[in-house]
Amino acid sequence: MELVCPAGTPASLHAAVDAGADVVYCGFRDATNARNFPGLNFSRDELRNAVEHAHKHDVHVYLACNTYPQAGIEHIWHAAIDDAVAIGVDAIILADIGLLRYARDRHPDARLHLSVQASASNEEAIKFYHREFAVRRVVLPRVLSLEEIAYLNSRIPVETEVFAFGGMCVMAEGRCSLSSYATGESPNMNGVCSPAAHVRYEERDDMTVSRLGDFTINIYDQDEKVGYPTLCKGRFRAMDKSGYLFEEPTSLDVTGMLPELAKAGVAALKIEGRQRGKAYISQVVSAFRASLDRIAEGKLAEQTSLNTLSEGQSDTTGAYRRGWQ
Amino acid sequence: MTKSRLIMGPVLFHWDENRKRDFYAQIADETDIDTVHVGEVVCAKRMPFFDKHLPDVIERLQRAGKEVVLSTLALVMNSRESALINEITQMPDLLIEANDISAAGLLADRPHVIGPYINIYNESTFSYFESRAAKRISLPWELPLSSISQLCETRKSAEIEVQVFGRMPLAISARCYSARAQGLHKDGCRYVCGEQLDGMEVATLDDAPFLAVNGLQTLSNHYVELSDNIGELQDAGVSAFRLSPHSLDMMEVAQLYRQLLDRKIDAGELRRNLQEMPLQMAFSDGFLHGLPGAELRSTLGQRAE
Repeated sequence: MELVCPAGTPASLHAAVDAGADVVYCGFRDATNARNFPGLNFSRDELRNAVEHAHKHDVHVYLACNTYPQAGIEHIWHAAIDDAVAIGVDAIILADIGLLRYARDRHPDARLHLSVQASASNEEAIKFYHREFAVRRVVLPRVLSLEEIAYLNSRIPVETEVFAFGGMCVMAEGRCSLSSYATGESPNMNGVCSPAAHVRYEERDDMTVSRLGDFTINIYDQDEKVGYPTLCKGRFRAMDKSGYLFEEPTSLDVTGMLPELAKAGVAALKIEGRQRGKAYISQVVSAFRASLDRIAEGKLAEQTSLNTLSEGQSDTTGAYRRGWQ
Repeated sequence: MTKSRLIMGPVLFHWDENRKRDFYAQIADETDIDTVHVGEVVCAKRMPFFDKHLPDVIERLQRAGKEVVLSTLALVMNSRESALINEITQMPDLLIEANDISAAGLLADRPHVIGPYINIYNESTFSYFESRAAKRISLPWELPLSSISQLCETRKSAEIEVQVFGRMPLAISARCYSARAQGLHKDGCRYVCGEQLDGMEVATLDDAPFLAVNGLQTLSNHYVELSDNIGELQDAGVSAFRLSPHSLDMMEVAQLYRQLLDRKIDAGELRRNLQEMPLQMAFSDGFLHGLPGAELRSTLGQRAE
């Protein structure tokens, strides 16, 4: 399985290449990608240098252009696609149908991947994107179980890539407006979820309150570790009970099921986290490289020690195990 | 200006069969509604409960002169659900609403409706679906008026629809949160999502109303209410207006919006009447104004929630 690793900066890209990535994915420094955070992402020149460096080490580079252009300013996204092709990236990751059509028409030889943000979660949807836009790979939404992934792979004419490690959406990606309901900014339109500019922490008696826009997302006792108020990982009240209604503050980690994913026909594993620093990238990529190499040698992967890097220090295999649903 | 179409959207909640049958029977007798959606959008597990009544319900509504649209699932996750979509999209003589790309792809050679769960944010994507036999396109809740206006200018043939009343679907998941809130798993859910007619209220730890859970779906707590901007939407080129069903008297709600669309009452009167109805509702219109979706700009002289 190909190891697809995140880079939010040139330094992280170098770290990922050194740690054994097969592919590094990144985005331009604007709203055209789903990690549109301050201080992150690549200028045109930085991407050009990054591709040159990666190719020298036989590592591929994918460009994420996976937000949905707003009406009237599609040209910004078109320029991102044109420039990525000119720079020579190995694939472009897209979600919007208008952009897929543009890329297919203008750059018939470009390799197109379907972003998780397109939420193609079934055979017919994937066949549609293949038929209409000749996408070569689909990044699967985090709503499918291992059995469903194996079945899909037996039925579709394209490769699949799945999320292996990092932050985990509990909602179907690309179909969630929770963030914009509270803040006015969403993954689809702005490339951000629960953006930092709308986050506040307040001290109240002995507690810390985390807020997003006008809403309290969590209240922590003194002895609890205060987390970032990602909306779907908050504590809320329903049916006279308080708790993590949607999901605990956990991270995804599939290390323990790598052989099963390989057997299910998955072509590539994606590590989430373009917003992470290079030390994190190094550690996670190295651990996955080692696991994948052991599997390639016919040995089962041992559990790696990535837990301390996980959000809230606990991890989950998410929807891959049906019990999660 | 062409006559505005008033649409009753699909029932998003797991109402029992009698309640649903009564609801559609009332619509059949109601002259203010032009189009009515039937079908399950949220969870395939609910479908067997009402499927047996669907042919009769559809026949009765059509006999009453209504345009009937069969809505389909918003999230299609396995081979069984994929097969369902294949089966439904082959049904002849019925207008079908695609809420997932799977259905949209299968409907491309016949007139159909593109539902609000399909991501249409810009002119190119709008034109793509319009060129592939979409006769009506219902826009996502998140779009601001500026985008809606741009899409109206791009429009060649498809009707453009916007939801003007009801809680807004904000997310959908493989996980059932109605079941999870009661310590249950989706496979053994006991259909607890049916216990709340308008969804399970979700508040912040500071007791501020926030969201509403409906099985796999998470909706806004606030009810979108766009009466104050309906004139602008009509002027921009929006010709279809969706009401999303709730447990209050939807015939009365429909009558109010019909009067507003025909410019017989104003938004203030509509809002006052809604507030007197026996359902506690906070209103919002933030998305339309490019603000957080929970915000309300058009207070219409009322106290903002």
